[in-house]
This record gives sequence, C-alpha cells and structure tokens, in this order.
Amino acid sequence: MAEPARGRIAWFQEYGVYAAVGVLLLFNAAFTPHFLALDNFRTQLVQVAPIVIVALGMALVIGTEGIDLSVGSVMALSASVIALYLGYGAAPAILMAVLAGALVGAANGALVAFVGVQPIVATLALLVGVRGLANVLLPQLKEFVNPTLVAIGSDSVAGIPIVVLAAVALTAAVAFVVRRTTFGRQLVAVGGNRAASRLSGLPVRRILLTVYVISGALAAVAGVLATSRLQASDPTSLGLFMELSAITAVVVGGTPLSGGRVRVLGTVMGAVLMQLLQATLIKHNLPQSWTQMAQAVIILAAVYAARERR
Amino acid sequence: MPGRDAPGSGAGTAGRTAGPVLEARDAVKVFPGVTALDGVSFSLDQGEVHALVGENGAGKSTLIKVLTGVYRLDGGEVRYRGERAEFGSPLEAQRAGIATIYQEVNLVPQMSVARNLLLGREPRGRLGLIDFAAMRERATAVLREYGIDVDVRRPLGSLGLGVQQMVALARAIQADARVVIMDEPTSSLEPREVETLFAVIAGLKARGTAIVYVSHRLEELYRICDRVTVLRDGRAVHTGPLAGLDRLRLISLMLGRAVSEVRAEGLTKFAGHHDSAGEPVLRAEGLARRNLLRGVSLAVRPGEIVGLGGLLGSGRSETAKAIAGALPLDEGRVSVNGRAVPGGSVPAAIEAGVVLLPEDRKAEGIVPTLSVRDNIALAALPRLSRAGIVSEAEVDRVVAAFVDRLRIKAAGPHQPAGELSGGNQQKVLLARWLAMNPKVLLLDEPTRGIDVGAKAEVQALIDELAGDGLAVVLISSDLEELVEGSDRVVVLREGAVAGELHDDITEDGIMAVIAGGGHG
Repeated sequence: MAEPARGRIAWFQEYGVYAAVGVLLLFNAAFTPHFLALDNFRTQLVQVAPIVIVALGMALVIGTEGIDLSVGSVMALSASVIALYLGYGAAPAILMAVLAGALVGAANGALVAFVGVQPIVATLALLVGVRGLANVLLPQLKEFVNPTLVAIGSDSVAGIPIVVLAAVALTAAVAFVVRRTTFGRQLVAVGGNRAASRLSGLPVRRILLTVYVISGALAAVAGVLATSRLQASDPTSLGLFMELSAITAVVVGGTPLSGGRVRVLGTVMGAVLMQLLQATLIKHNLPQSWTQMAQAVIILAAVYAARERR
Repeated sequence: MPGRDAPGSGAGTAGRTAGPVLEARDAVKVFPGVTALDGVSFSLDQGEVHALVGENGAGKSTLIKVLTGVYRLDGGEVRYRGERAEFGSPLEAQRAGIATIYQEVNLVPQMSVARNLLLGREPRGRLGLIDFAAMRERATAVLREYGIDVDVRRPLGSLGLGVQQMVALARAIQADARVVIMDEPTSSLEPREVETLFAVIAGLKARGTAIVYVSHRLEELYRICDRVTVLRDGRAVHTGPLAGLDRLRLISLMLGRAVSEVRAEGLTKFAGHHDSAGEPVLRAEGLARRNLLRGVSLAVRPGEIVGLGGLLGSGRSETAKAIAGALPLDEGRVSVNGRAVPGGSVPAAIEAGVVLLPEDRKAEGIVPTLSVRDNIALAALPRLSRAGIVSEAEVDRVVAAFVDRLRIKAAGPHQPAGELSGGNQQKVLLARWLAMNPKVLLLDEPTRGIDVGAKAEVQALIDELAGDGLAVVLISSDLEELVEGSDRVVVLREGAVAGELHDDITEDGIMAVIAGGGHG
C-alpha cells in the first residue's frame, strides 16, 4: 500500500470522528435555523448523555475483545428496581438499581471469564433474560413524583443539566481508569493478547469479570438518569436497542472490535456524532429512514478505516 | 516390510510399473518473507507408507497443503495418477480421492458418529430422505471393523479424541481414498488405539492405498513406514527406504548436522562455562501430564545454563510451561530455593521468581497493539503502581534502563510493539521479565526467527545473565546453540528424560541420546 494513503487512513481513524462532528456543526450553523440556540444544544446533550454513559462501559468491554449486549435490558431492570425501592427514598432506590446492574454484569463476567462462554452468547442470554426479569418486577409503566429523582432528570447546575454533568464526570472517571490505572493497562493487554497476558501473570479472569461489572453498573446509571428524565419507570421499552447505539458509538469513535485499544473521548464523540446527524436530518424534515441510512454509511466508514489499520 | 526402492536413490521412482500415484515436482511455495518450499520433489507409490519428517518450519505442513489443494503452487507442479493436478480446494482433492487426517479432528462434533461417518453419503430411503436405521447399522458395522464399539447415535464430540480420530480415519477410507495423508495421527492416541491404527494402516496398504505418514515418533516410523522423505528448510534433503537407514543418520538429516562433524570453533556468541556452585535454585521433580510429560525431573543451580534437547514433541516446551505454571500437572512438584511453588498458576511461579519466555513470540508474548513501553512494563505493573495507579515516572525509569541495556531499537517507547522486528520484540519480552528480577529464566527458542545480529546479541545477553547468577533453562532446536550455550544438556524423548550430557557436550552426543543410544 502506498504510504500517503496509509497515512491518510490512519489520520482518518485517529481524528475522523472529531472532524465529522466539526463538519456537522459548521453545516448546521450555516444552514439550520436556530441550531446554535442554547436550548437546542441542551436538548441534544441531554438526549445523548445516557448513550454516552452506556458506551463508556461498552468501550471497556470491547477493549477486552468482548461485547455486552445486555446493557439495554440492564437499563430496564434499573427502571424496575427504582420503582420497587422508591418508597425508601431516592438514594436507596438508585443504589439498589446500580447494584442490580453490577450483579447482571457479574453474571456476564462470570460466564465469560470462568465458564468460557463467548461474550456475544453470554450477554445475549442476559439481554433476553434481564428484560424479562425487569417486566416481572414491574409489569407496566409506573409514574412517580419523587422530587429528588425528578430533579435529577430535569434540573441544571450552572445552566448545565445534571444528566449531562453526570455523563461528563463518568467520562472523566473512565478516562482516568484507562490511562492511569494498573487495571486500565491490564485491560487493554488482555484484549490485545490474552495468552500473553496470562503468561505474564495478569489476573485475566478477574479483569474480565470487573470489566463486565463496570459495564453493567454504568448501564444501570444510564437507566436511572433516563428514568428520572421520563418521570416514570418503563421496563418494557426503556433501553431498547441501546446496545446497538452504544456499539455504534464505540466503533465510530475508533475503538477496534478486535480489542487491545480503548478510545474514551472518541467513544463520546462517536455518540455525539450519531446524535447530531439524527438531529440535523430531523431539522431538515427528512424522514427517520434517511437517518438510519446515513448512520449506516458512517458505521461502514468507521469499520473500513479500522480494517485498513492492520 | 519389503524394501520397495533401491537403496540410496533420490526422489526418482522411474521403472515402477504403475508410477507414483501422487507426486510433487520441484514444488515452490513462497510466503511474504519466507520460502516455505524451495523446489521440493516428493513421490508416493501405490501401497506404500511414506514417512514425511522434518523439524518445525521444514515445510511439512506446507507440502501437505500444496498436495491437498489448500495452497496454490508458485512453481513446479503436483501430479496425481499420472496427470497434472490443480486442486482448487481441499474438497476437490478429497473428491479425487486424497483424504487428509489432521492432528485436530475436522469433523462436526455436535453431530452423531453415524452422520459424521457417512456425511454426504447417507443411505437414502423413499422420497430421498435419510434412512436413519440403515445409517446406524452401516456405521456400527464399519466401526466394528476398526475395533470401535460405540453407540453411533452419540454426538462425536462426546467421545475420546482417539475414537474421534478413528472415525475420521474410517470416514476417509470409506470415501474410497487412494491416498491418505496422516498428520501426527498418534499424538493424542492411547497405546491401545495406536495398535488399532497400525492394523488399519496395514489393511489399507494391502488394498493398495498410499499413505503419507507425518510423525516425530521415530519408533513408529521404523515400525510402519517403507520410505522416508526428510525436509529441511523447505528442501527435500533425503528420500529413500527406511529399513537400513541408521537412526542417528536420520536425526542428523533432520537437524542438518553431519554425524561426525566436530567444530573446532563455534559460531554462537556464548562464552562458555559458568561457575555454578551451590545448591540448585530450581528443582522440578517428576513432572507428569497425560500424553505430554511422563515424569521429568530437572535441577538448575544459580549461574548455570541447562539446555533442554530433544526433537519436536519430546516435551521440551511442555516442561518449561509446567515449571512456569502455564501447564497444569497431573503429578510432580516444582520448588525454588527449597520452597514449593503451587502448580498450575503463572502468578505463583512469577512470585517465586520463575519466568518463561514463550516459544511463540507473536501468539503468547507480544501484545501488538500496546507500545514498547507498555509491553515492557506489563508484568511489572503492580510493582510500578501505587494504590492501583501507575507511576509513570517509575515506568519511564525501568523502560529507559532496559531499552538501553538490551539495545532495543524502536522509533521510541511509544511505538506499537507489533511494528518491531522479531529480534527487538524478543528483547522487549526479555526486558519484560528482567524487570521482575527473576531467579529462574526459562527460554523457549529465544533466537528462533530473529536475524543474525540480534541472535548474537540475545546469546551474549543470556550468557551475561547467567554470569550475574540467574539460573537459565535454554530450549533450542539449534543444536549448535544448545552445545555452546549450555553448561549441561538434558535430553528429552517422548515426555521423559532420556539422558544428560555434562562435561563433553557435542552435537553427536545429543543426537545419540535422542536416537536412544548411550549416555543413559
């Protein structure tokens, strides 16, 4: 392959997602009325926040050469658990919801790390089962008026919605884990070469288990935020297809599905890009089907760039 | 066994009535950077069992894949039954009558034994539907012939590996194969199953089927093979009848060393003997693992380099892996400085100071996506961290020290390790382990596949490390390296210690032990 082409593709993989976000912003600034209004930005960010949070966990899992399909169902479970425990107050309810998510993650992780089930199969089983569990715990939509929870969903601090602040804080935390901690380094090593990691004495199973627990807990947090914004627990439809949005964000953000690399900011930008694309097409009165096809093009472009890298 | 060919002949098979059934003429196969087959000629006659031998990388599997349509030739030709053959795929070769039985059984483990056996040739009843009763009956009858009595309705995967292999063999023969290629068929078989296999081979031979038999077990070759072709570095270095071929001579052909060759001066960078006094730091006693190791014992003193010799499959790598905790043991114990190391745990072995440089650098050593820096720090990370947070300054210090000491050539510490040359990758792995301050260094083929310059550097380094008091176990297929690098050589054969050479270590001596001669 010619060097310049290779250089261009490497650049595209590294910065393509930032460039695409920039281009979309410029386009909208020029051609979309009221796009630059603060309200619009706020809406976009509030909508993308749960996806970002789920995608952060997904990026870690994918970094270990795995995948977590159960995240959407974990969001639903978290909605159900909140409804069950809201009588004890908002804080215990949220705590229980996150704990439930972590437990689902532990089940995923145990299947993958100790039983040796393929990640896609293990988490597919929990995708189905946990959705069912969520519906058993809470058979139908249930509204609530808990002021704390409602505030989490709709209040702002210094003009920034709490939901968005939560996403920013979690992004910073995950970025710190990946870049600065022993665990973060070991995680990408396991994804890059599991046999080598094992022979280097890394606690491979414990690392895998932990990664899935984190992914489950983050999905549960996303479930809490989405539920508090809805002001209702909706175990039937909350988080449907969330696993696909999260995987898309991770892939578009430049994290290869083959593991060994995690791009935290890229993942956030991947989620933002898909959100902006949807918003742009909606504002120009193009039907939903156009959005889906445009998203497909972006996913293919991202996967192509990742393929060229090896 | 009757000698089928005039002794001392080359690859030629002229003068036979039928001519060879399968033949490769001047076969050339080139992969990026490697010439796997460099003009190999090979011929297989009807009704003969032809041994194909050679060390790792000699070109055996490439030749098999060329013969069976997995690879296309870059030069030369394959002839089958007197005509030029161009098999586009393994399936085409199979249809033409060339059956291959690989080390790993390539059948469908979830399907029943009967279906596997008769796949594609199921007896049909009315409406073209499979007649299951007839299928079961036929399968049971066929397997009885091979001395296998199993419920043919059971999924194949639920049976032992030996039985699976026999089913694969039976299937191949049922398909009226004219040529059967067996790649290490006995590696997972019990002795009783091996006997059954040999009986089957004798039966096939009587029917005129030609067999290519790949194995490292010399006893087996001498028992059942008529002729042998020895491959080395992509060339056929010898073809001829096996009866009358001296065992030592066969081994010397495989390893590329003249039997009587005695070198006045070595070519490796090892300085020679070390003062190895005192108690052994590493003691391994009675290491046993089903089908792999049969009671290997080993002791290494500080500052001593102990070579592990033996042919491929003799248990060298397995011994190293067992000591490093990477291979679970059925029996045996490992101790370091008199303290027992819990078996089957890599972290426990590392904690005790035992580290392994694995044979397969790419698959088991380097993490290609990580930088040189992160690869070096990988094992030592917990020591270079505080409260789970990596101390970048500590990592930089360690990495800089080893990049300097081992002269690792990289664009910088942040270059992905996957982009480095083989020699530099090997140095990165050595650095990874030296950063752990080990007591025992297990080196499995440390210089294989790296260029001459790096090889000399790695050898000099091993020497230096032993000089610093490390106990080193050196595994190498390169006899010269073994002879010149080791203070002592322990030779393994079929998973057990076959002999040991102390003071007078020569290539001849090692080969003699491998062949089963003296030095016991």
